[in-house]
Amino acid sequence: MLSIKNLHASVEDKEILRGINLEVKAGEVHAIMGPNGSGKSTLSSVIAGKEEYEVTDGAIYLEGEDIGDLAPEERAHKGIFLSFQYPVEIPGVSVTNFMKTAINETRKAQKLEEMPANEMLKLIREKSELLEIDRKFLSRSLNEGFSGGEKKRNEIFQMAMLEPKLAILDETDSGLDIDALRIVANGVNKLRSKDNAVIVITHYQRLLDYIVPDFVHVLYNGKIVKSGGKELAYELEEKGYDWLKAENV
Amino acid sequence: MGDRGLDMSKYTEEELKVELENKEYAYGFYTDIESDTFPIGLNEDVIRALSMKKEEPEWMTEWRLEAFRAWEQMIEPEWANVHYQKPDFQAISYYSAPKKADPNKTLGDVDPELLAMYKKLGISIDEQKMMNNVAVDIVVDSVSVATTFKKTLAEKGIIFCPISEAIKEHPELVKKYLGTVVPQKDNFYAALNSAVFTDGSFCYIPKGVRCPMELSTYFRINQAGTGQFERTLVIADEGSYVSYLEGCTAPSRDENQLHAAVVELIALDDAEIKYSTVQNWFPGNKEGKGGVYNFVTKRGLCEKNAKISWTQVETGSAVTWKYPSCILKGDNSVGEFYSIAVTNNYQQADTGTKMIHVGKNTKSTIISKGISAGKSQNSYRGLVQISNRAENARNFSQCDSLLMGNNCGAHTFPYIESKNTTAKIEHEATTSKIGEDQVFYCNQRGIPTEKAIALIVNGFSKEVLNKLPMEFAVEAQKLLEISLEGSVG
Repeated sequence: MLSIKNLHASVEDKEILRGINLEVKAGEVHAIMGPNGSGKSTLSSVIAGKEEYEVTDGAIYLEGEDIGDLAPEERAHKGIFLSFQYPVEIPGVSVTNFMKTAINETRKAQKLEEMPANEMLKLIREKSELLEIDRKFLSRSLNEGFSGGEKKRNEIFQMAMLEPKLAILDETDSGLDIDALRIVANGVNKLRSKDNAVIVITHYQRLLDYIVPDFVHVLYNGKIVKSGGKELAYELEEKGYDWLKAENV
Repeated sequence: MGDRGLDMSKYTEEELKVELENKEYAYGFYTDIESDTFPIGLNEDVIRALSMKKEEPEWMTEWRLEAFRAWEQMIEPEWANVHYQKPDFQAISYYSAPKKADPNKTLGDVDPELLAMYKKLGISIDEQKMMNNVAVDIVVDSVSVATTFKKTLAEKGIIFCPISEAIKEHPELVKKYLGTVVPQKDNFYAALNSAVFTDGSFCYIPKGVRCPMELSTYFRINQAGTGQFERTLVIADEGSYVSYLEGCTAPSRDENQLHAAVVELIALDDAEIKYSTVQNWFPGNKEGKGGVYNFVTKRGLCEKNAKISWTQVETGSAVTWKYPSCILKGDNSVGEFYSIAVTNNYQQADTGTKMIHVGKNTKSTIISKGISAGKSQNSYRGLVQISNRAENARNFSQCDSLLMGNNCGAHTFPYIESKNTTAKIEHEATTSKIGEDQVFYCNQRGIPTEKAIALIVNGFSKEVLNKLPMEFAVEAQKLLEISLEGSVG
């Protein structure tokens, strides 16, 4: 599904990613952990194609295709979804309108007709039920006045609507209380299948109690310094990151 | 009779002589103007000739001359936050016969860039032809549409016709109301318009009648080319209602640089007028060359319990100078102003409103959304005035500015003059910028940047777009999109 080879990326001439290698197959869940400033969010932004990051070496392949030259929206059309750590507000644009635009732009890129209104309504109903979202919520302006939990739930709702091949959840657990965390995690679990893959970026282990990963990677100083199974997450929780820092000075 | 008779004959003789001299001159001039366009320049003779060409009654000619004499004494205003080369008023021709379709012209002769824009707006081929004076095969159809429309209106006693026709057919109404809200001497451009206006619309809704359809200049789209100085007069008699749509919803590339229109609305007791405009005159090119100077005076008068709503979407023109206003004369009257003004490239807009509270319990609402992109300057200028006898007057103003990029400007000039302590005035203002984060968020969901900007701008303008009649709102949204094309990276 996703193959990252020797990825180097900088922002304003400061190198942040220093040779990342990662293989994610369909059906898998990978967790990327690491201390603050290790490059976790940069990695998600670079995969999604944010322009302020410059890829200086290496490549990213999605289903065998080098996506390095694609614009962010083209990557989205190919099935990459990023759940943002800090979702932005767009006043006056309802969640429904935003989703309708996103879906139809994607269909346009795939040379498909716009989705008929009744089909769109059906999809909205189905996905909001799946994620236990009150549909009144969908007429509100995107993220405007949303609580932390509502914002993250809304991200997962969008993920459900867009049915991506690869979903990257960037610090989806930050700012969530335990109930909200459970709801969000349940949502993600319901959307998992053998055809899609998920990358969970997190600072803490607790989200991984709910979204159980197949692999855990530790990112430090722009490199993956350790990879393992889900037990690695517990080890990190117990020991902290300092022992890894000491090993990788 | 005796002496008196002699005096009379003497007088007549002299009068006759003067008349003959004038006539000779006028006739001489008249033959000159048998052609479609007047020679350039402006003086009393030009105005007389124009009035004659339009077969106007003498009172109208005199009214124009009065305005002209006032205009001659006035100077062009400079207080607006706009900079431009002042027009040379003696280098303009003040009359041009309505253009006729050229049978040899085809759409192939029209600027392809313009055609591409029409396509985006979803304008039919026939409309495109009409707008470019290309002969249309379905003229018969459109005539019959207009006729059915006129019949429905006539049954209700509604008058809706060109103002030149109203001057001849309904002189009592025109004479009674013309210039009562925007006097001839109101301002430099209003005076000029009063002197030389060529056409425009007239609308009268009788007592208690609710106009059954949106009155739109659409039906007279083929005449759109005539009005460099349009004059519109809308009268809603007691207890009546009308919704009026104005404007070219398609980009019009006008060879005339100056548009100085006047619109007067009169809402008598318990009447309501809703006036919506979508203005999209040629804004000039990317380097700021060309474009229309849009200097417009729009004002409405509300009698008791009356209501006037102005809604405008301004995306065109190189320079805009426009303040649709309400005089809330009657007790309990209501004035509203909803505006979206978009400027891109080198456009400059100075627009807003005046709410003049005279009567008791009068209410006004101002919602202004300014969107600036490129190197443009966008100013909101508004006045809320509460007179000393306007007990319990209320005003709410909200002015929001949205900036795109770092080279444009947004300015707000709200003026408040209150002479009554019972008045309640609220003013809110915000300035925001379309952030790269917002655009990236949309991109990540598969929405390309141009579409993302349109979405964000539409969201920002929603409160005003919602005030437009349905079919207008759709076109306005498309217009916003087109106006801001190329404004981002």
